[in-house]
Amino acid sequence: MHKTTNIPMRQILRDRAVQFLIYVSVIMVSVVFIWILIDLARGGVAHLSWEFLMESPRDAGRAGGIASILVSTLLILLVAMLTAAPIAWTTAILLVEFVAIDSAFGKTVRFSLHVLAGVPSIVFGLFGNAFFSIYLGLGFSILSGGLTLACMLLPILASTAEAGLRAVPYAYRLSASALGLTRTATLIHLILPAAAPVLAAGLLLGIGRALAETAALLFTSGYADRMPDSLLDSGRALALHIFDLSMNVPGGDAPAYASTLVLVSLLLCINVLAMKFAHGLHRRKIMT
Amino acid sequence: MILSGRNILFRLILTDKLLISILRVGAMLAALVVLLILIFLVYESWPALSSLSITRFINDVSWHPLENTYNLMPMLSGTVLTSSGALLLAIPLSLASALFIVFYAPLHLATAYKRLIELLSGIPSVVFGFWGLTTLVPLINQWNPPGASLLAGILVLTMMILPTVTLTAYTALAAVPDELLRNAAALGLSRWGVTNGVALPAAKTGIAAGIILAAARALGETMAVLMVAGNVVQYPETLFDPVRTLAANIALETAYAMGDHRAVLFVSGLLLMLLIMVLSGLVELLEQQRHA
Amino acid sequence: MSENLRFLLAKLLFCVIAMGCASQLQAQSKSASQRLVLTGSSTLAPLVGEIARRFESLHPGVRIDVQTGGSSRGIHDVRKGIVAIGMVSRALKPDEADLHAFVVAQDGVSIIVHADNPVRALSREQIADIYSGRITRWNTVGGTNTRITVVNKAEGRSTLELFLDYLQLRNSEIKPHVIIGDNAQGIKTVLGNPQAIGYVSIGAAEFEARRGARVRLLSLDGVEASVENVRQGIFPLSRPLNFVTSGEPHGLARQFIEFASSPQVHDLVRAQYFVPANTD
Repeated sequence: MHKTTNIPMRQILRDRAVQFLIYVSVIMVSVVFIWILIDLARGGVAHLSWEFLMESPRDAGRAGGIASILVSTLLILLVAMLTAAPIAWTTAILLVEFVAIDSAFGKTVRFSLHVLAGVPSIVFGLFGNAFFSIYLGLGFSILSGGLTLACMLLPILASTAEAGLRAVPYAYRLSASALGLTRTATLIHLILPAAAPVLAAGLLLGIGRALAETAALLFTSGYADRMPDSLLDSGRALALHIFDLSMNVPGGDAPAYASTLVLVSLLLCINVLAMKFAHGLHRRKIMT
Repeated sequence: MILSGRNILFRLILTDKLLISILRVGAMLAALVVLLILIFLVYESWPALSSLSITRFINDVSWHPLENTYNLMPMLSGTVLTSSGALLLAIPLSLASALFIVFYAPLHLATAYKRLIELLSGIPSVVFGFWGLTTLVPLINQWNPPGASLLAGILVLTMMILPTVTLTAYTALAAVPDELLRNAAALGLSRWGVTNGVALPAAKTGIAAGIILAAARALGETMAVLMVAGNVVQYPETLFDPVRTLAANIALETAYAMGDHRAVLFVSGLLLMLLIMVLSGLVELLEQQRHA
Repeated sequence: MSENLRFLLAKLLFCVIAMGCASQLQAQSKSASQRLVLTGSSTLAPLVGEIARRFESLHPGVRIDVQTGGSSRGIHDVRKGIVAIGMVSRALKPDEADLHAFVVAQDGVSIIVHADNPVRALSREQIADIYSGRITRWNTVGGTNTRITVVNKAEGRSTLELFLDYLQLRNSEIKPHVIIGDNAQGIKTVLGNPQAIGYVSIGAAEFEARRGARVRLLSLDGVEASVENVRQGIFPLSRPLNFVTSGEPHGLARQFIEFASSPQVHDLVRAQYFVPANTD
């Protein structure tokens, strides 16, 4: 015969209190965030249209659309990705495949990436302005902005690539060398394809980060809202456009809301895609 | 040697040695960027650092560069106050959210809530700042003018760091081994007992790392705070006083600054960067502790 | 053997592509010599942007970039040779006599309040007291019993300098509640805050007011803040909007300056609510 334990009232009350507090917090957080999403949708849906995406801004952005802005954003992104991806991925490959965990070189590179990851975006903007715009003479240009963003994206791309490469089962490498493949061939034919989904996910995450970036572009790619002719032209990124419309243009709230909706939807798609790719990694990990 | 076949554009004969040298170049470029940034920041701040003594950044009468006074302390306090306020608000809310997802919620609610948080972690700071400008500031204005204030800055920053802290706390908590939790339950601990006594301590370092990373992000945040905090350089006496943070100051004044003024802005950039580097270093230490 | 040959061919192909890209970039930077960059006052920037667009449509192949940075930046960049033309929204100072100024338009600085604010006029002393914190509530000057929200401009803007000069105050004596950057941001802040008082360019204020923005321009020293009064020269806070060059301008810069001060753009100037130059 055993007695059922008597849980002291104090404990029950404490449990309930904690549960209550947690539910209240979650409700508060959900309410605020859903409020924001609804506000954005309400403010911007009316202004959205096909013309909005196809025309260039007029009247300081109050009329017209965001076509030239989208083009500038795309160009800045391209420059950033094309510059950052090779450097980040080669770094990751080196760190994972060819360098011992505790070598001096490896530690320095890792440390630099960590430091880079912590630099605030406005400081990147300062650096980009001093180095790319002034020292290299690129002025306010898409190239300037793209290169500055590339510096910002290096840590993200490198760390996701490193994670992806490490996730490839060691067995692959062992079998490959048992078969007599050079490390280069192993890399190109086995490891990179296996890690490709995670690399892609990292790319998409980087794109998401870059799209959200404003401070670094303020003094590097400038404010011009025309369709850019070349990479040396100044171009306004979407996030900057939202900033300008909301802070500097009276009556600019509606197009700002609409631009925000476009930006957030873009980011949503990218996040969903990235997660799809990353899940491939999880599944593979489970199966091998 | 096995060469690539039909699936590439032209044949590359890469020996392993060649590959390694290419890879090293890439890695060195990455390491170089940090060096480059530090060098340029110091180079641009040099005119100020050499001609103005450090005490001037602390003891000058105010921040009025055109009148040659360069006191950085009010803005530093603005930065620290907004970030601390945001952390104070965000940490309990994030922990509650993470606990909700891991322990307290039914599966469907948990996934839905987690999706919401993940969605929000991707929203750019301008969007939060924009919403703050159009909705939050007028609200606070009705309560206590002018509306653009320290409080607005804190609230907006809280919204920005909440998702990240929640997600890192969630990962840390989810990584707590099931056995620990089951053993605790078998010993008769209540739900809160398991959470507080076992899960949280086990996830402690992960959560701490997430918090410190969020702190670093809050300190460096520029746009959202610039849009809602009023941008007056002063020590705030109440929550409703406007403040200016170091980051917002850089964004506001760089395009208009020349000579010494510009150099001092670079000094404030260096200051910010050093502050955040210290925090990142802390995270490094914590992670090493966890793996050890 | 054939591998080496292919490798060689691949290298050649790569070089050709690279050279193609390089020459493209060069061609583009060459066409940049048909490019003119102006920096300076953000008051002038919208007007100059419109003038530039018209100029570009008349002269295909030319690109004119307008960047802000404040009147001081315009002066600085012109001196350093970074740009050919600087935009300055004030008269040149004595120590800037080495530069050439070309008046493009006339403008004024007006105090603005929200349209719901019952106050219609303020004297110079009242404004100085409000901005230095001696008067803190609207009912002291004839308004409702609410706290005044003082909006000041960030440093480096010439509008700020003119304003301080008019009030005989230093910036450190002003007690602001909100600090803003550009004119439009100032108008937007006042729009969002019925107890706010700020000061912006008359052109910018009129521009927004005509578009339905609920701001009111206050009279200064009894003179109504209007474009007409600026044109007549009787408004106390008037200022010229200048193009500034170091030395005599030539080439594209000279063409643009002549175009900007010619009657061809008077309609653009009037559309921004400035007074065109040379129309007395």
